Amino acid sequence: MTSYQCWISFYTMIRKDIVRMFRIWAQTFLPSVMTSLLYFLVFGTVLGSRIGDMQGVTYMTFVVPGLVMLAIVTTAYANTSFTFFTSKFFARSIDEILVSPTPPWLFVAGFVGGGVVRGVITGILVFVVAFLFTGLSIPITSLFIILGFAILTALFFSLAGFVNGMYAKSIDGINIVPTFVLTPLVYLGGVFYSVHNLPEWWQAMTYANPLFYIINGFRYGFLGMSDVSPIVSVVVLFSLTIILVGMNVFFVRRGLGLRQ
Amino acid sequence: MNESVYALEIKNLFKTYSSGTQALTDVSLFVPAGGFYALLGPNGAGKTTMIGIITGLVRKTSGSVAVFGCDIDTDAEKAKAHIGLVGQEVNFNPFEKPIDIVVNQAGYYGIPRSVALPRAKKLLQDLGLGDKMEERSFALSGGMKRRLMIARGLIHEPRFLILDEPTSGVDVELRRSMWEYLRTLTVKGLTILLTTHYLDEAEQLASRVAIINKGAIVVDGTMSEILALHDESEQRADGFRGGKLEEVFIQLTTETV
Repeated sequence: MTSYQCWISFYTMIRKDIVRMFRIWAQTFLPSVMTSLLYFLVFGTVLGSRIGDMQGVTYMTFVVPGLVMLAIVTTAYANTSFTFFTSKFFARSIDEILVSPTPPWLFVAGFVGGGVVRGVITGILVFVVAFLFTGLSIPITSLFIILGFAILTALFFSLAGFVNGMYAKSIDGINIVPTFVLTPLVYLGGVFYSVHNLPEWWQAMTYANPLFYIINGFRYGFLGMSDVSPIVSVVVLFSLTIILVGMNVFFVRRGLGLRQ
Repeated sequence: MNESVYALEIKNLFKTYSSGTQALTDVSLFVPAGGFYALLGPNGAGKTTMIGIITGLVRKTSGSVAVFGCDIDTDAEKAKAHIGLVGQEVNFNPFEKPIDIVVNQAGYYGIPRSVALPRAKKLLQDLGLGDKMEERSFALSGGMKRRLMIARGLIHEPRFLILDEPTSGVDVELRRSMWEYLRTLTVKGLTILLTTHYLDEAEQLASRVAIINKGAIVVDGTMSEILALHDESEQRADGFRGGKLEEVFIQLTTETV
């Protein structure tokens, strides 16, 4: 396929997914916004006032980047794993793309792109809610870092969702990973606390959690401070993303879970 | 390079599934360009596996497959661009509209929406779905879903169309109109590989035929050559006699005890 034809194919896949997610917006965007609203209400307004400041800012302001990231991570992952899984098992509509000349890397890009779009849009919506809750006073150190981390994180978790969708053999298979792996990693990655408040052994464990680097890098974009250097965060996130891109393209090329 | 005179060239094709099932054994098949070619065989004979390999949905164990001279391993994108597939099972998202299903399919072949949209409308109208193109696809009848799949398979103007039992569950009138439509396309140069259990249809439509049984081609040739295998004198034990092709088919695929 020429590069123009590749673009058309990519655009078709992305457009189809975006039309779907806006058609059912109450299922795709609203749940994350509602959950975040409750987090802001409980942790920010009710409990936050008793916790006091953290790293020189109000607790509410401190948790905002983590909660925005939580929304991006979960929706990007869920979008790709779910759409891939359903198109593979539900009516087998994935064959529409598999029989076409769309190359494997583009096939991955098309599915993953939808997850990135949904993750970033959800993140923006949650940020708007946070902005209102904090009385329009969230500091922004670098919009470039914020957007860069948001897009790269959505990409990383969308790619991870793709792997899950590829391996899942039942609907339970796409729910197990978010419930037992993703959620604990996010919660223990420093959304609600600074790693410096933890005992040493727990700190050491936290450094092995990729979400720790992602949340802190993102937080740096807002507050200008984090538990770890933003450069380290970028290197970790970028490296993991490259690994997942390679894995996914390899799996699709081999037809893993797609071709008998 | 001279283009192959064959729409499809299959040489020494083997397929063994991970379960150990040997689905295809040393299959070689040459489908000339133009017209209908019937690939017949009982259930589980290997027809759908062969179609899966040609279209890239199933991995072959060994052998080679080329579509209009384009090898499916080394020149996969070009080979796929030549092929249109109408599969055995309904495999589109039922929540999408027919027009979107067909236009999106064009997109996967790199055809822009500005070109695909009028082409899709014409195809759907030609196939009698003009007034259904904006409805949700789950509301379509079985026959309409089949016709939608044909429109989807033709949207990128393939030179080689594979129809895997396209008329199962379709009423007589609709089947006839579908064949009439497809026949006009073969006149314009389209090659159609057809699998069907309606042997009378195959006998009327196809100029060449291959019969596959237990993963191996048992006979292939022109329709007249295959029909010439019919033994008028042979009387079946149950006394029932079908069409000539049906009798040859039964003779070649039924196990003798």
